[in-house]
Amino acid sequence: MKKRIVLSPYLMWSVFFIISPLSLIFLFAFTNVDGNFTVSNLKNVFIYSDVFLASVWLGIISTAICLFAGYPLAYCVSRTKPRIQKILITLIAMPMWMNLLLKTYAWVTILEDNGLINKLISFFGIERLTMMNTPGAVIFGMVYSFVTYMILPIYSVLIKTDKNIIEAAQDLGANQREIFFKITLPLSVPGIISGISMVFIPSVSTFVFSRMLGGGTNLLIADIIDMQFLGSAYNPRLGSAISLVLMALVFIFMGIINSFDENKAEKTMIAL
Amino acid sequence: MKSNILSLQNISLSFGSHVVIDNLNLDIKDSEFVTLLGPSGCGKTSVLRIIGGFLSPDSGKVLFQGKNINNIPPHKRPLNTIFQNYALFHHLNVYENIAFGMKIQKKSQREISEQVNKMLKMMNLQDFAKRNISSLSGGQQQRVAIARALAVNPKLLLLDEPLGALDLKLRKDMQVELKNIQQKTGITFVFVTHDQEEALSMSNIVVVMNHGKIQQMGSPISIYNEPQNAFVADFIGESNILDGTMVDDYLVEFAGKKFKCLDFGFKRNEKIDVVIRPEDVKIVDNEFGELSGIVTSVTFKGDYYEIIVDISGFKWMIQTIKFEKVGDTIGIVLYKDDIHIMKKSEYSDKYGDYTSFSDEMYDMNSKFEDCK
Repeated sequence: MKKRIVLSPYLMWSVFFIISPLSLIFLFAFTNVDGNFTVSNLKNVFIYSDVFLASVWLGIISTAICLFAGYPLAYCVSRTKPRIQKILITLIAMPMWMNLLLKTYAWVTILEDNGLINKLISFFGIERLTMMNTPGAVIFGMVYSFVTYMILPIYSVLIKTDKNIIEAAQDLGANQREIFFKITLPLSVPGIISGISMVFIPSVSTFVFSRMLGGGTNLLIADIIDMQFLGSAYNPRLGSAISLVLMALVFIFMGIINSFDENKAEKTMIAL
Repeated sequence: MKSNILSLQNISLSFGSHVVIDNLNLDIKDSEFVTLLGPSGCGKTSVLRIIGGFLSPDSGKVLFQGKNINNIPPHKRPLNTIFQNYALFHHLNVYENIAFGMKIQKKSQREISEQVNKMLKMMNLQDFAKRNISSLSGGQQQRVAIARALAVNPKLLLLDEPLGALDLKLRKDMQVELKNIQQKTGITFVFVTHDQEEALSMSNIVVVMNHGKIQQMGSPISIYNEPQNAFVADFIGESNILDGTMVDDYLVEFAGKKFKCLDFGFKRNEKIDVVIRPEDVKIVDNEFGELSGIVTSVTFKGDYYEIIVDISGFKWMIQTIKFEKVGDTIGIVLYKDDIHIMKKSEYSDKYGDYTSFSDEMYDMNSKFEDCK
């Protein structure tokens, strides 16, 4: 009984802010203007299938870059002295304290045709580069903003690795490389998985980067959804349908990623 | 005459100003079961880690079969360790854990599976090959850890309090099992424990350590019967340790009386410590006793009673199978082979008086020691 009283604010919150908006999206996605059931909204989503592909592709690329850039950093930090670790982790987390929009604007002034980099290289007589309004700039923005979400979960798993286990592997004859690939890396898979989900999901669903660094020429799913609700193509029903499909895609993707972690648990179940 | 498989020569180690190991010399012979025994913080685990290569001594040499291995990293040393918390690889199953070392050595699949199956059989784990580590009980995990270390055929096995986390019954079973494995395989075991009973019952050689120094090294029987100082006498079993004077060869005076004894070679009237084990004291009626005292406490221990007797101000612990009442005056008799003489040492007067004795006090003290 007591438990229920404590839970009630959270229950109310979930009903009002999670369950009801979700149901509204469902309702919108499956009805027409007259309020009758229809699947035409869902069918129309396929007009944007190339945008979906582009979004997922950019998300995968930026997630992969975050992983390959973030893992070594997390690993190196986890091997330093505790005092230095604290400083480094604060430094790594610091950009998170700054507003995302502000950071992205800052990158605009750095990357644009008359921006900081181009001024600098033209000073040395190198031809100006077009960096803005390219997929590269979008990916860059995503990686810059989200790499922290890759580093932190991996780091927190790595520092929890039992020193005795590393020593045991050494004791059994494993050298540094073998210890890393046979022990450290497999044991950090849970960190990698939460890192991937924390980077991939915002990467496919944020429109700041495509809008500001992609210059509207590299439309992503989020841009399309935005257009359906607030933009020129006003059609909330189609917008809801697109959101639903996006959610389904993310759901499937996470299922695939998580299966790498659950493999072990399932194996035991079978063995038992 | 067996040869030395491992020698530690003049090993010293300190962390900051804290001396952990103080100029330690130790020779371990092939195929022996050697136990390093001592209280927490005595340096025994550090010695083990130095042998394993996980710690470098500040000075001194580690010789393995006569060769200096100071600069050889742990993964190239021909010896293996069983860690206190087992340190099993939780992302691998039982089979893969045991196979780990051989896979590193790039052995063939067939060879690996033969050896792993042999190990599983030896450790009674045949049905567990495909099981996850976290689904095993403590005792089973312990056996996997042993199998994993033995699978690579080490010449020397280091065991760091491997039975510490097991309950009493399982501990006893594993003690027997470990001893059998050692005798069967002939691998030299270096075993670390703070449990004196475990040390005495398992090993050929017991090395008693305190403050980073070896206090005494010898067979379990000699360590128990002829402790070299008050620390050893107190740490190994219960002891009454009294101040005494060696009046002459074979004659010692303590508790206000002269007793015949078996010890000789001391200076005339040299001050010494006398050790008398609680189980060696014979209780007689008051009028027949060489010494007499009043029973101040009686504790039932199952197969015997542990009584504290006040003999002219010094409290003795005596173990007897006959019940005595608190407040009774009893007499005691000592035979000459019950009396053991030790030279005075830094530990004299610190141990062996049961004035403030109770089990609770003992526990509190040992916990306090652990904290330090």
